[in-house]
Amino acid sequence: MAERNAPAYDVIIVGGGHNGLVAAAYLARAGLAVLVLEKRPLLGGAAVTEELVPGFKYTVFSYVVSLLRPEIVRDLDLPRHGLHLLPLESTFTPLPDGDSLVRWGDPDLTFEEIARHSRRDAEAYGDYGRLMGRMAKAVKPILATMPTDIASVAPGQWWDLAQLGRHFLALPAEEKYALVKLMTMSSADFLDEWFETEPLKATMAASGIIGTYLGPRSPGTAYVLLHHYMGELDGVFRAWGFAKGGTGSVSEAIAGAARRFGAEIRTRAAVERVTVENGRATGVVLAGGEEISGRMVASSLDPRRTFLDLVEEKWLPSTLIEDVGRFRFQGSSAKVNLALDGLPSFRARPGAGPHLQGAISISPSLDYLERAYDDAKYGRFSRRPYMDIVIPSLIDPEMAPPGKHVMSIFVQYAPYHLAEGTWDEKRDALGNAVVGTLAEFAPGIEDLIVHRQVLTPLDIERITGLSEGNIFQGELSLEQLFFLRPAARWSRYRTPVQGYYQCGSGTHPGGGIMGASGRLGALTMLADVDGR
Amino acid sequence: MPGRHSLKKTPFHEEVAALCQSYIWRRWAGYAVPGQYTFTYEPEYHALRSAVGLIDVSPLYTYLINGRDAVRFLNRVLAREVSDCGVGQVQYTVWCDEEGHVLEDGTLARLAPERFRLAAAEPNLRWLEDNAPGFAVTIKDERETMGALAVQGPLARELMQEVAGATVAALGYYRLTAAEISGREVTISRTGYTGDLGYEIWVSREDAKAVWQAVYRAGQRYGLLPAGMVALDMARIEAGLIMAGVDYTPANLALIPAQKSTPYELGLGRLVDLDKNGYFVGREALARHRNNPAWQLVGIEIAWDSLEEAYSRVGLPAQVPHMPWRRSTPLYTPGGREAGYATSGCFSPLLKRYVALATVLAPYGAKGTALEMEITVEHMRRRAAAQVVSLPFFDPARKRAKVTTDG
Repeated sequence: MAERNAPAYDVIIVGGGHNGLVAAAYLARAGLAVLVLEKRPLLGGAAVTEELVPGFKYTVFSYVVSLLRPEIVRDLDLPRHGLHLLPLESTFTPLPDGDSLVRWGDPDLTFEEIARHSRRDAEAYGDYGRLMGRMAKAVKPILATMPTDIASVAPGQWWDLAQLGRHFLALPAEEKYALVKLMTMSSADFLDEWFETEPLKATMAASGIIGTYLGPRSPGTAYVLLHHYMGELDGVFRAWGFAKGGTGSVSEAIAGAARRFGAEIRTRAAVERVTVENGRATGVVLAGGEEISGRMVASSLDPRRTFLDLVEEKWLPSTLIEDVGRFRFQGSSAKVNLALDGLPSFRARPGAGPHLQGAISISPSLDYLERAYDDAKYGRFSRRPYMDIVIPSLIDPEMAPPGKHVMSIFVQYAPYHLAEGTWDEKRDALGNAVVGTLAEFAPGIEDLIVHRQVLTPLDIERITGLSEGNIFQGELSLEQLFFLRPAARWSRYRTPVQGYYQCGSGTHPGGGIMGASGRLGALTMLADVDGR
Repeated sequence: MPGRHSLKKTPFHEEVAALCQSYIWRRWAGYAVPGQYTFTYEPEYHALRSAVGLIDVSPLYTYLINGRDAVRFLNRVLAREVSDCGVGQVQYTVWCDEEGHVLEDGTLARLAPERFRLAAAEPNLRWLEDNAPGFAVTIKDERETMGALAVQGPLARELMQEVAGATVAALGYYRLTAAEISGREVTISRTGYTGDLGYEIWVSREDAKAVWQAVYRAGQRYGLLPAGMVALDMARIEAGLIMAGVDYTPANLALIPAQKSTPYELGLGRLVDLDKNGYFVGREALARHRNNPAWQLVGIEIAWDSLEEAYSRVGLPAQVPHMPWRRSTPLYTPGGREAGYATSGCFSPLLKRYVALATVLAPYGAKGTALEMEITVEHMRRRAAAQVVSLPFFDPARKRAKVTTDG
C-alpha cells in the first residue's frame, strides 16, 4: 500500500567523509533506509588515499589516526572491512645543530633520550604523562556524552550539567587546577611549567596548535594538547596510528560496514540544497537537478555549508546565521606529499633507522614555532614552517614500490587568507619553502623527489569542500567546543529545521578522524525516530 | 651525537655479558641486567646464602649531595633525622610528599661532614632540586658516572679482606669507608639488599672493569658466583625488604589516591622523626597519619598443609612457585572477607617455607592472624591458609655481627 508521496529514503546523508559514513552505518544498522551522497568520485572526504603516480600512494590530506573511537571500531566491526591500525611509535625531532630528540614507544628509552638533554625533564616527562592521562580520563565523560547547553532550561540537560559539575567537583585538587590551567593557558606557558628542553616543549606544544590559526604562545592552546592526548582513551593513551593503506582505508572500511548494513552510497553526487517544506526537511536536490526525497536529512559538511549553503536562510533564526557566520575556519595548514626515489637521511641521525618509522617533527624550539606563526599572523605562509612528517611506506610497505617511499608532510602555517597574491600564484613557493626547510635537516632530499603534490588551504577547500581549508571543520579553540560547537543551542546535532541534522566534525566533539560526531548525530536521529 | 635505541649497559656490562650463559636478561631502570646467569638460578641463590654472590646493582639512582647546607637540606627532604648519621655511616631512610605519602625508601651514606650519597630505585633528581632553592648544596646525579657492585653472602667478609684489606673487613653494619681495590679508589659500605652479611662497592665508571675482575677472580676461592635478579629477588623477600613499585606504589607514580601509602603503613614508621627540628616535607600530614594507618605491610607464610590439601583434591602433590613472583594476589579472612593483598612471594629453598610480603587492613596485621591467599589449582581459584608472621623471614646473625679483629 505505497503512499504516493512516500519518501525514497529514511535518511539522506550529505557528504561521504568518515563522519557521514559512520552516521550512515549506525542508521542502516538500526534498520533505516539510508543514502549517502558524495560529490567526489571517491569516498572519504579528507580521509582518502590516492595513487597520483603509479605505485606511490598518498595519504592525501589526513594522515594519522589517533582519536577514532574504539566503540565505533567495535560496533561497526571495522577490522572485518579492512581496517588495520599500525602504531606510530616514535616522534623524532631533528635539530639544526645536528643533535635530535626522539620520544620512543618505550618509556625507558624515552627517559634516557630526554635525559641526554635534561635529567629533570626526563623525570618530569613521566609525571606529565600521568597527569595528562588522568586529565584525559577526567574529561572523557564530557567527550562521551552529548554536549550540554549551559543556558538550557530542559530538565534533562540540567541533569547532564549537574552530573558534569559533580564530576568536576569530585576531581582531586591537583586535577582541578590542571584542568583550569589547560582551559586558559597557552601551550607554551603550560609546558614551561614542566620542562626546560626546547625541542621537547616545542614538539609537544605543536600538538596544541595543530590545525589552528594560533601560535604556541596563544592563550587557550593548552586545551588542545589534551584533546590530542586523548588518543585512544579506552586502550593505550596517546596511541597515534597509521591506517594500513592510508587514511582512505579507514573511509573504505566504514563504507564497507555501512553497505553491509544496507546503506546505499552514491559518489559524483553533489548536493546543491536541502529541500524544506513548512519548516521540515523533505529531501535534497543534486547539482544536476535530480531530486531525492527523504524523511530526514543529515549534513556531515561543516557548519557554514550545513546552515548557510544547503538551506535557505528563511528557515533559520537570525542568531544562528550570525553565529555560524562568525564561526572561525581560517584554515592554517597545507599538505605536501612527496614520492621519493629512496629514503631521506637526516643529519641528526644519518641513514635508515627506527627514528624514521614514527612521526618526524620539524619543531626545534618554541621560538621556531612562534616565528612560523608570526609570518602567518600577517597573511604570509611560514618561511620556515612547522612540519609533522610521516613516511607511510616505512610503516606499510604497500604504500610505495619496493625501495621507494612516500612522504606525508603536514605544513603549518599556511593561512587561507593571504595578504598578497593568491594561492594559485604561491603554491610552488610554498612547496619550495617546505622542501628547502626540510633540506636543512635532511640534505639531499631534493634529489630524491620523483613527484610533489602541494595542497594549499585553497586546494583543500576546492577538493574536499572544507570551508577555508580548515581540516577540523572549524577551529578547535575553546570558544568553539562543547556546547558552543558549532553554535549555542544547536550543539546537539539537531537544527531549527525539523528532520535536518548535523553529523560532521563541526559539531561536538570535533575534528580528527574520530567519528564521534557521526555516531552521536546518528544516535540523536535514532532517538528522535523512536520518540515519534 | 645521536642517542641510542637500546637499553643502557652498566659499567660492568662486558664482564657480565660474557658470563650470562642463559641469555635471560631483565630490564632494570633502563639497563639490561641478567635475570640469571646460568640455566637454573638456584646456584646463584645458594651462593648468596652459603658462599658469596656478586651482583651488578649499577642501575640504582645515586645522588651526591654536597655543601654547607647538606644536613639542613636533607633534613628537609628526608623524614629521618640526618644528623644521627655520622661520617662513615649509612642510614636507611624514607621520603614523603607534602601529604605524607611515601615517595621512596633508600639509603643515605655520609661520606664527609657535608657530603652525602643518596641511593634510590627511582629517579629523584627533579624532586630533590625542587626542594633545594635557598640551600647551599649541589646535587649531582651520579648514575652515569658510577658503577655499583653488591658482594653478598657469608664469605663476603673474607673476600673483602682479601681484595680491599682489613679496614673494610672490619666495617660495622651500615658503616662505610673509602678503600682501594687493585689500586682503584672505591667506596665500600656494609650494606645490601639480601639481608645477609654483605658489602656494596661504589666505583667510577673508568675503574669499574678492573674492580669487577679483581673481586671476581679473588672470589673464585670463596665459591663466588655472579648472581642475577631472580636470586636477588628471593633473597630480598626472605629479608623482608620492600621494593618500590612492587610492594608499594611511590606517591608520585600513583594514578589514584588509593594507591599511595604512608610510612606507617609500610612498616617504615620508625624512620619518621616527627620530633626533629624544623619543617620537613610531609611533617604535618605524617603527624596525622601516625596514629591511624589503614594498612599494614606484613610478612605472611602460606601453610604447606593447606597447599597439600588443595592439590591432593585434584590428585596432585603440593606445588609451590618455582620462581619468585610479583603480582598482586588477593588475601581474605578465613570468613571470606577481603583482607588485603600479597605483593611478592617465593618459596624459600633455605627455610622450606612459602612466604610473601603483603599489605593487609590494619586490623589483620597482628602476628599470628589467620588469613587465606588466593591460589590457582588446576585452572581453578582456591584459597590456601596463611598466617601473619614477623619480618624478616630470614635474619642471620652474621648480617649485623661485629667483627673482632685479631690485632
